[in-house]
Amino acid sequence: MPNWLAIILFLLVVLGAATGVISGAVWSAGFLPAMPGWLIILLKIGIIVFGFVMLVASLMTLVGDRKQSAKIQNRIGPNRATFFGQSLGGLPHFIADGIKMLFKEDIVPNGAHRTFHMVAPALIFIPALLGFSVIPFMDEYCSTGAPMVTPNYPFELCPNGEWLNYFQVIDLNSGMLFAFAIASIEVYGATIAGWAANNKYSLLGGMRSAAQMISYEVSLGLSLAGLLLIWGTLDLNEMVRLQGKLFAGWIPLWGIVIQPVAFFLFFLVGMAETKRPPFDQPEGESEIVAGYFTEYSSMKFAVIQLAEYVATVFLATLTAVFFLGGWQVPFLFADGFHFGGIGAQPDIALPYAVVIAMRIVAMLFKVLVVVWLQFMMRWTYPSFRYDQVMTMGWKIVLPLSLANFFVTAFIVLII
Amino acid sequence: MAEDVSPTIDQDIHTEPMLLQMGPSHPATHGTVRFNLTMDGETIVKCDTEIGYLHRGFEKESEHSTWNQVFPYTDRLNYVSPLLNNFGYALAVEKLLELDVPPRCKWIRTLMGEISRLTDHLTATGASALELGAMSAFLYCIEGREILWDLVEQVTGARLTVSYGRVGGLRDDLPENFEEDWEYVRERLYEIHEEIRTLLSRNRIFLDRTQGTGAIDPETAIDWGFTGPILRSAGVDYDVRKDHPYFMYDEVDFDVPVGETGDNYDRYLVRLEEIIQSIRIIDQCLEKMEPGPVTADDPRVVLPEKDDVYNTIEGMINHFKLVFEGIQVPAGEVYSYTEGSNGELGFHIVSNGTGKPWKVGIRSPSMIHMGGIHELLEGGMLADIIPTFDTINMIGGECDK
Amino acid sequence: MAEILIDYVREEYEDAVLESHSRLGNDTVVVDKDAVPDVIQFLKDDDRCKMNLLRQISCVDYDNRHPRFEVVYVLYSLQHKHMLLVRAPVPEDDCEVPTISHLYRTAGWLEREVWDMYGVTFDGHPDLRRVMMYEEFEGHPLRKDYDKQDGQPRTEFLSRERDSVEEFNIYVKDRDAAGSRDE
Repeated sequence: MPNWLAIILFLLVVLGAATGVISGAVWSAGFLPAMPGWLIILLKIGIIVFGFVMLVASLMTLVGDRKQSAKIQNRIGPNRATFFGQSLGGLPHFIADGIKMLFKEDIVPNGAHRTFHMVAPALIFIPALLGFSVIPFMDEYCSTGAPMVTPNYPFELCPNGEWLNYFQVIDLNSGMLFAFAIASIEVYGATIAGWAANNKYSLLGGMRSAAQMISYEVSLGLSLAGLLLIWGTLDLNEMVRLQGKLFAGWIPLWGIVIQPVAFFLFFLVGMAETKRPPFDQPEGESEIVAGYFTEYSSMKFAVIQLAEYVATVFLATLTAVFFLGGWQVPFLFADGFHFGGIGAQPDIALPYAVVIAMRIVAMLFKVLVVVWLQFMMRWTYPSFRYDQVMTMGWKIVLPLSLANFFVTAFIVLII
Repeated sequence: MAEDVSPTIDQDIHTEPMLLQMGPSHPATHGTVRFNLTMDGETIVKCDTEIGYLHRGFEKESEHSTWNQVFPYTDRLNYVSPLLNNFGYALAVEKLLELDVPPRCKWIRTLMGEISRLTDHLTATGASALELGAMSAFLYCIEGREILWDLVEQVTGARLTVSYGRVGGLRDDLPENFEEDWEYVRERLYEIHEEIRTLLSRNRIFLDRTQGTGAIDPETAIDWGFTGPILRSAGVDYDVRKDHPYFMYDEVDFDVPVGETGDNYDRYLVRLEEIIQSIRIIDQCLEKMEPGPVTADDPRVVLPEKDDVYNTIEGMINHFKLVFEGIQVPAGEVYSYTEGSNGELGFHIVSNGTGKPWKVGIRSPSMIHMGGIHELLEGGMLADIIPTFDTINMIGGECDK
Repeated sequence: MAEILIDYVREEYEDAVLESHSRLGNDTVVVDKDAVPDVIQFLKDDDRCKMNLLRQISCVDYDNRHPRFEVVYVLYSLQHKHMLLVRAPVPEDDCEVPTISHLYRTAGWLEREVWDMYGVTFDGHPDLRRVMMYEEFEGHPLRKDYDKQDGQPRTEFLSRERDSVEEFNIYVKDRDAAGSRDE
């Protein structure tokens, strides 16, 4: 069949599946109260982790890393794996790569510490996935099916029903704290991975990675302290709700609007935490061959690579939640669009199910934009030298985030 | 206060230097060379360089081949700029013969030599960008190299192993549509040069990595025998094309970029500017070239026309003797030097009067740079080896002959 | 190019100069091999010569002539832009030339290459080992009596890791066949 037809069919299948899933979720929301709690959590984990995170992470390894870089570099990128004879822009490659990785030989070097060699990829991968348990993909669901919209904060009330948590795996009061605590565990994974292989290059990479990640964690937390002061809550869903407030009637108070410096700092520091280029010294790629994962092959290597991309997506979701308004679509409230202030009637009325769908799509879109941005930075800039990374972390980024914190505190005091 | 504290700390904490081998096969050392590094943390205390992993016996082989059969060996010396090696060797043998080649041949040699210099500078710049992590810049340079190789393939028949020079001239004249193709290549090269410049020259990260690393001062550079872009980046204005012109370099107008500090950034800038100057030279060559013969009119040196070889007995005997016995070069010795893309490429040739050279010795710039590279690396960090080694641009074939 | 250089050398070192010519534009002096460091030092330091760039040290093996080898030093001055070739005949039974590595640092590697390829030792060189061949190589490849098709014995598998420069030097230099210096 001709190429364009196969692409259209493929896209239709994907769209149809997505629509089916979302509408099925919304439709079965009526049945959800009847399901036992543990089943609901399993469903959420399944959809969020496998449906969203793994899909985006694997697709990013293909589309972002290979096709996008090919477009930037004036070349074609992978186009050999075909789906019914059509190359579909290289999409079947990610399935092909996954299957290939499964069948490779698993080599453990002579003299490596076998237990740690086996455990280290898991130590890197699991915290990256665990962080997703507190990310809200949509607000809580009002069980009567139609929340009431009020002009003041909180903008949506559920007077006759109760708020049900269907779009976040766990609704923790201290969501932000949990996310950062989990991110700190990744340091262990990278360091152990570097040490466990009997290789000086890996050791160098592991040491560099430990020092880099620990240095930048301080700034990671501090750059968000300003937001914390302004919003006064650690709950991630609450933070996204607060970003629905409109300033002067038409500017949505997203994180990037009230704390622009913190946005840049957080984005930069997040890239350093997840060891993305231009901060990819621990991975070397030039002088230390592959850094801390030199001696890993087959599935362990695939797991570590995937963990890096999952961490990238995690950083992107955190950026979207804190600074880009999370699941908020500007001017969209539970009963439709209210342009220019919340009056009695919406300007464009929408059913609740459509609002939910739009909000989920908005969240996904924001995450994808930030992930795309990270890949653009990877393919454009050279990498820093290691001591420059450390200098930046302690002497430039940390004072900047402290300054941001003080200025924010001062302004909050005045206003 | 901090300075008082560290000596006491050093006494109490027992540290040992780490021995690391950046071995011959390593992603960053493009070209096979081995560094035995003694490191204190990430700083390099001592560096011992080992070369010879690509030694193929060029000099020994040349002693068993006729004078014209050495040309394929010279291709494989500096394999990113093969035409410069070809013409350097041809110049040396013609000095021994005291033979003068026609002007068109000199123009074409200048032109094709500058095209080879362009390919070398593009490869060096692209590879240094790649090793530092800016992979897109590398591929833009490679695109520039590809279109240049298309040109070279039109003229000589091969992209890399050209064997275009002959003693007494060239293999063949330029094809007819060379000028139109050059127009397209020229525009594209200017665009690529602009892209690389905007991507890298003011990039904070690139500046941090390359400025101040691998610096050398002029006297040390001369003492270690550095020539070419390395010496020019240190501030010494020495270019064989200007100081001792050969071919038609005294009839074209070009500038020689000279750096100031001798660090990696200056070497990168020197190479980038030399790309523009080479394009200028090629344009002037195409303007000033007149049609004419491309080989010297000497039957003892140059093969006769195929017409004569097949139809006359004199042509056939001439051809036979030249191919089987080689050109009879009078006994003597010469040291001839040209500006290769990495430095001064010298040929020390001894003839004993027969058709085979008695000795072909090469002064390869890369080997001499390898002799002095530990001076640049010691005292720096492990991550500084990468930009330093890339901007020195050691080509394995030239270094190990 | 600059025949005046030959006159300078002749007037300083009259007894060491064996021959001189300027054939094919290459000014050459042939000096006695023991006078080589003095002549080159004079050429480097004297203000009229100022030969600060050592371009090449090379060696030619004239097979059926006595003295058999001739070591060629190519010197150049960046200031005055003149070049001089200094040649020193070296007989086969007294295959030694005093080193000039204290004058030019690049001579370190260049002399190592001549030793590696031709077997001419340099007296006083701090670190004379092979540069292009591997350490267990036997013979000197560019000599005329080393046949192009000659083979080499197999090297044994080294039982210790050669990852220390000092250990490496000790291990290789103290072995009998190292560099064939004893032949």
